[in-house]
Amino acid sequence: MKNFNVGDFIFENVSRVMSISVLVILVSIFYVLYDHAKLSIDTLGFGFIFDTEWAPNLEKFGAFPAIYGTLTSTATAMVLATPLALGIAIFLSEIARGRLKSLIGTMIELLAAIPSIVYGMWGLFFFVPLIQKLTGTSGIGTLTASIILAIMIIPFTAAVSRDAMDTTPDILKESAYALGATKWDVIKDVIIPFAKVGVIGSVILSLGRALGETMAVTFVMGNSTNMPSSILEPATSIPVILANEFSEADGDLYYSSLFYLALILFVVSFTVIAVAKFAFLRKVRKNG
Amino acid sequence: MVKVNSSYKKRKITNIIALSLASLATLIGIFFLFWILGVLVFNGLSHISLDLFIKDGAPPGIAPSGLRHALVGHLMLTFASTIIGVPMGLLAGTYLSEYGRSSRFANFTRDLSDIMMSAPSIIIGVFVYGILVMPLGHFSGWAGSVALAIIMIPVIIRTTDDMLALVPIELREAAYALGAPKWKVIVQIVYKGAITGITTGVLLGVARVAGETAPLLFTAFNNNFFATDMSNSMASLTVTMFNYTMSPFEDWQAIGWASAAILAFAILAINIGGRLLIKK
Repeated sequence: MKNFNVGDFIFENVSRVMSISVLVILVSIFYVLYDHAKLSIDTLGFGFIFDTEWAPNLEKFGAFPAIYGTLTSTATAMVLATPLALGIAIFLSEIARGRLKSLIGTMIELLAAIPSIVYGMWGLFFFVPLIQKLTGTSGIGTLTASIILAIMIIPFTAAVSRDAMDTTPDILKESAYALGATKWDVIKDVIIPFAKVGVIGSVILSLGRALGETMAVTFVMGNSTNMPSSILEPATSIPVILANEFSEADGDLYYSSLFYLALILFVVSFTVIAVAKFAFLRKVRKNG
Repeated sequence: MVKVNSSYKKRKITNIIALSLASLATLIGIFFLFWILGVLVFNGLSHISLDLFIKDGAPPGIAPSGLRHALVGHLMLTFASTIIGVPMGLLAGTYLSEYGRSSRFANFTRDLSDIMMSAPSIIIGVFVYGILVMPLGHFSGWAGSVALAIIMIPVIIRTTDDMLALVPIELREAAYALGAPKWKVIVQIVYKGAITGITTGVLLGVARVAGETAPLLFTAFNNNFFATDMSNSMASLTVTMFNYTMSPFEDWQAIGWASAAILAFAILAINIGGRLLIKK
């Protein structure tokens, strides 16, 4: 080999190993979660997912209340967050100009930088009393958790959607304006159809984030493993159970069931994020 | 003609309503930002005193209790995770940009690190519990740092990858023409050209993990005493905040708010700093 250089050989291979480590970490996460969940999977099987009783003191482990709480809080958060986030994306992409645009863009992104535990604290001390007054309930429960989740995911949906909207070619917009279209006509008939794939991707990506959000929800969800009859009642979710019970668990089946819960959450959120990434957001990158 | 006019009027009204709704949505978002920041200023900053920085945790009621143990623990955890995460992320990002380019392996790894970036952080905590805490038999600062590093790595990879790609090819060619081997070109020329971008990436990565609580709950766990031994359970600002705010004691809650304000404003400052840096 004419151009062989020891430094090159070392640098290239060390950096290659580091990039392979991403794959190794991801595969290890799956493997370790599965390995530790195995006892619970073998003992409880898929029935775990549909069993509604979670009572560690009685050695009963059913994941349904947690799964149900995760799904209802996420779904409600999506319903609340998506219209607001799209409104913000439209505002940032089409209405605001110049310094206002970058100032407000930064402010919305800062909303994403606030640590989730701060959202949880704020929620418990300032938002729960408000919900209490408005609904006459304890204020702790799925609805409160969903509203806080919604505020947390708005900046993600808004930022990715704005980027997708910003890729609309000016010439398309100008042609529509030349035909007498109003700004809203252009947004509705030109920009949204053009950015549709990216917008859907951003919504699914935020859904993936909401599924796994822990601290903000832990404070206000109520941590009740009884099946709630409405979203105003205390409930629980997979991340909340993990946060509250993991360091206190005793008994092999208890531990294993917590790993089983973690595995379910990881598989679901991994799938959701991968769908957003491969089916929607990749196309945006090509367009842009 | 009249019909056209009325449809035009209708479209104009719809236009105004729709744009107002979009602006209203933005106002709602900003309203929540200011509400939360306001709470931090009024409940947090007002409880900040010198005692917080020089005294350690004390039982409730025995004033004054401090945050020194949590601040030091938090800095050590964040620093250790940076020491682990930045070199790994930097080298992996370098491989993707300089060697992998748009090969299938490189694109696949990019997608995987994007997915990892959005993975629930509590799952990373559970994973590290399974590989470090369980086998070793106890919580430790190192386990916490490893969990934070795993969260940080994909952020560093993606920014490094993007930033190195912006360095003009001519710079590299000029160095090759002088006979420099590729690794020297990367280390001495390409890194130098991308240093601001890489620094921003590191800052954002640090800011991302500095606010994490969930992965620390059962890796570093917590400690109410001053400790610098990373091989044992360790205090962090976030877990201390969690325990103090959830406690029924008012003086503990006040310290919880003070730590929330310190942490949130530090993270916001790093974020704004990173943004200003990259704009230059």
